[in-house]
Amino acid sequence: MNAATQTLIKNSLQEPVWIRWSLIAIALGFILMFLCLPLWIVITEAFAKGWAAYITALGQPDAVAALRLTLLTALITVPLNTILGVCAAWAITRFEFTGKSLLTTLIDLPFSVSPVISGLIFVLVFGAQGWFGHWLSEHDIKIIFAVPGIVLATLFITFPFVARELIPLMQEMGSEEEEAALSLGANGWQMFVQITLPNIKWALLYGVLLCNARAMGEFGAVSVVSGHIRSMTNTLPLHVEVSYNEYDFVGAFASASILAGLAIVTLVLKSVLEWRQGKH
Amino acid sequence: MRKSYIMPGFKPTLGFTLVYLCLIVLIPLSTLFFKSMELSAEDFFNIITHKRVVASFRVSFTTALVAASIASIFGFIIAWTFVRYSFPGKRLLDALIDLPFALPTAVAGIVLATIYQPNGLIGQWLMQGFGVQVAYKPLGIVVALIFISLPFVVRTVEPVLQEFDSSMEEAAASLGASRLQVFVKIIFPNIFPALLTGFALAFARGIGEYGSVIFIAGNLPYVSEIVPLMIVTRLEQYDIPGATAIALTMLLISFVMLLVINLLQLWVRKRSGQL
Amino acid sequence: MSIILTNISKNFGKFAALNHINLEIPEGELVALLGPSGCGKTTLLRIIAGLEQADSGRVVLNGEDKTEQHVSHRGIGFVFQHYALFRHMTVFDNIAFGLRVKPKKHRPGEADITQKVHALLELVQLDWLHDRFPDQLSGGQRQRIALARALAVEPDVLLLDEPFGALDASVRKDLRQWLRNLHHELNVTSIFVTHDQEEAMEVASQVVVLNHGRIEQQGAPSDIYDHPANAFVSRFIGQTNVFSGDDQDTIWLQSSGLPINDKPGKTAHVRPHDIDVEKASDEASAHAVLKDWQHLGALIRIELVKNAADADNATVYAEMPNEQFKRLQLNRGDKVSLRIRNAHWFH
Repeated sequence: MNAATQTLIKNSLQEPVWIRWSLIAIALGFILMFLCLPLWIVITEAFAKGWAAYITALGQPDAVAALRLTLLTALITVPLNTILGVCAAWAITRFEFTGKSLLTTLIDLPFSVSPVISGLIFVLVFGAQGWFGHWLSEHDIKIIFAVPGIVLATLFITFPFVARELIPLMQEMGSEEEEAALSLGANGWQMFVQITLPNIKWALLYGVLLCNARAMGEFGAVSVVSGHIRSMTNTLPLHVEVSYNEYDFVGAFASASILAGLAIVTLVLKSVLEWRQGKH
Repeated sequence: MRKSYIMPGFKPTLGFTLVYLCLIVLIPLSTLFFKSMELSAEDFFNIITHKRVVASFRVSFTTALVAASIASIFGFIIAWTFVRYSFPGKRLLDALIDLPFALPTAVAGIVLATIYQPNGLIGQWLMQGFGVQVAYKPLGIVVALIFISLPFVVRTVEPVLQEFDSSMEEAAASLGASRLQVFVKIIFPNIFPALLTGFALAFARGIGEYGSVIFIAGNLPYVSEIVPLMIVTRLEQYDIPGATAIALTMLLISFVMLLVINLLQLWVRKRSGQL
Repeated sequence: MSIILTNISKNFGKFAALNHINLEIPEGELVALLGPSGCGKTTLLRIIAGLEQADSGRVVLNGEDKTEQHVSHRGIGFVFQHYALFRHMTVFDNIAFGLRVKPKKHRPGEADITQKVHALLELVQLDWLHDRFPDQLSGGQRQRIALARALAVEPDVLLLDEPFGALDASVRKDLRQWLRNLHHELNVTSIFVTHDQEEAMEVASQVVVLNHGRIEQQGAPSDIYDHPANAFVSRFIGQTNVFSGDDQDTIWLQSSGLPINDKPGKTAHVRPHDIDVEKASDEASAHAVLKDWQHLGALIRIELVKNAADADNATVYAEMPNEQFKRLQLNRGDKVSLRIRNAHWFH
């Protein structure tokens, strides 16, 4: 092959330098404008009136109560959906049964439902005009406009996260190691704890992480079922909204900075987990 | 029939999954249908053909469509530069792409509203320089939805680009194709199904999006009012049948669109020999 | 421990993977389940192990009906095709696994476990690898660790699924010998699955040939080679020349010295080494023309074309020792006379 053909081939394998740099510039510009700038604005707005105002805003009883409710919601929903995710992935990847692909589709269903609708359906079940509304008010049980409603809506929204991380992994992994454990005399629990769990732990953590981020950050669904009762049924994202609508910008952005911090921590851990998963 | 009859735990895990799925997802979702059935067909029809509701559907679908398209173009460029080129800070920026997934939508909403309002950082510049107002206009909804859509596109296109067999490019080059021809005839057809998936995911998400939109949209009836907001408004007026009818319509429309897009994708894949 | 399988059948959907299999394996044998891919051999092995359930039939190990027994209680050791070593455990922990998961009252103490694992590692000659992870081992090493792991629970039966399938050719040769010797030492009834007839012949004391979910023949390697039960076995084991029993072929075979009285079947199978080749003394005695030859190490394989008026162009293969071939001083295109000493006839 002579030099001229070589250059020709090289030219058809790589873009000209000016195109390369323009593309990089476009990509970077877009990322800066849409991703970096918002993060920066959260910080500057939160500290617009200085440290003291920031601390005061976060120390408000409403903000503290909102943070507490957010943590409580995550504390209930994440473990439940983790157990669900593991069970669903186990049943789907280790057994053959009719309706399996339907089940797999249904597990992903909450992803394609608008958050507002996710909240609405629980109002329809438990609200004053809902299926159980009458019975619930007779027995003085509050679900809608109360913590249980928030938890239920969050459960719905974060339902698929763990399962959808585990299913492809466990499918690909196959069950040979588990069969080996059984053939060596292990019982089901020993097999699961000593063989399955170590093999899926990074994907499991990954799913838990995403599930948690969504559970703490969900706005639309929770907004519908919460009733916005201050210090009672406001989660942190709802507190952000309330403060913003009341023109308490420092308060809104101070709470937002907590949530943005959560997002950053999530992204960092996510990168770490992806790196670990890549390694194994 | 079970694939692996020696594996333990079939009944408890499947049983738990099914019960949980029914309690948390299926039964609550089914209320949409049952509550709507309490309405007469005429009432249902009247609710969803109300001028303001129709307008909100138009706003939601057009803004989601435009945003998903723009996000597809830029998402493709971003995925391309991340996979093909190297530049400092790439890994950090790559991790940042998922920010819209991780950042609570309410936070995104107030931040974008702050940036694009007429006296905001970018809003000011656009207003004074070009006379364009973003926030409190449909354009604001588009901006918010682009933010939400971006990771869907990048994260579906990126792995496909990564696994793209570059020996195909070399083969094409050795047969005398120019770079543009290689891109148009070899690379793009192979990436297109993934791009379409990313677009579909972004679009579906965009239609239902609420938190990041309402702060920047201005929520003007007939102009910048989205469907999810219509539902919330009806709910706040205790018009539950109205909210239910609109919600069911929206759910059905988005399912149909997802189905259509899936079929389209199947067709594209078949045509390009990937199935 | 003896193994008796009666009437084992297994279907996957409409596909009959195993069709009424009856098999008896006496204690202490090293048995090869041999057959082409898709013949059901792995399924049969997994049914014996209890990893798969047969649709019908019984599995009896040492006189005890184990058909309903779970794999973890069958007393078998299973070596998986891709070894299925536990990736997150060291070699030591892998081998110790079976001992550590025993119920408390049967579980040996940690010191006993250590001792036993090291003994097993020495048995497979890999003691120096005890703290490595599976990813850090070569294929052959993984294979031997998988074997040691299966042996740790002192199984009554050792089952190996394509034990050499994923290995390089040179490693495979060494491991075959090693497995034979190990079996000699331990004398535990063992069954391995293979699609490689050479491997089965070299390693096993008994070979079971399977095809389309049925047993075609069972016997010692030499039996199967010398007395194939049917055309499939004859073709599958070793090289063979197949002649149709039509008149032309029959006449040609007869003229080449094969005694045929009252044709015993439709096709004649002739092993290449059952054909003697000599330079033809004259045109009339020439049975074939020498087309080409290849060195197979100690043997020479000769390609012949039948020298008959309207013969098909099918190649006939003959084999002879290197030395003998040199002595004959044959060249391409030479006319040769043949003597066919033996043939197997099948319907």
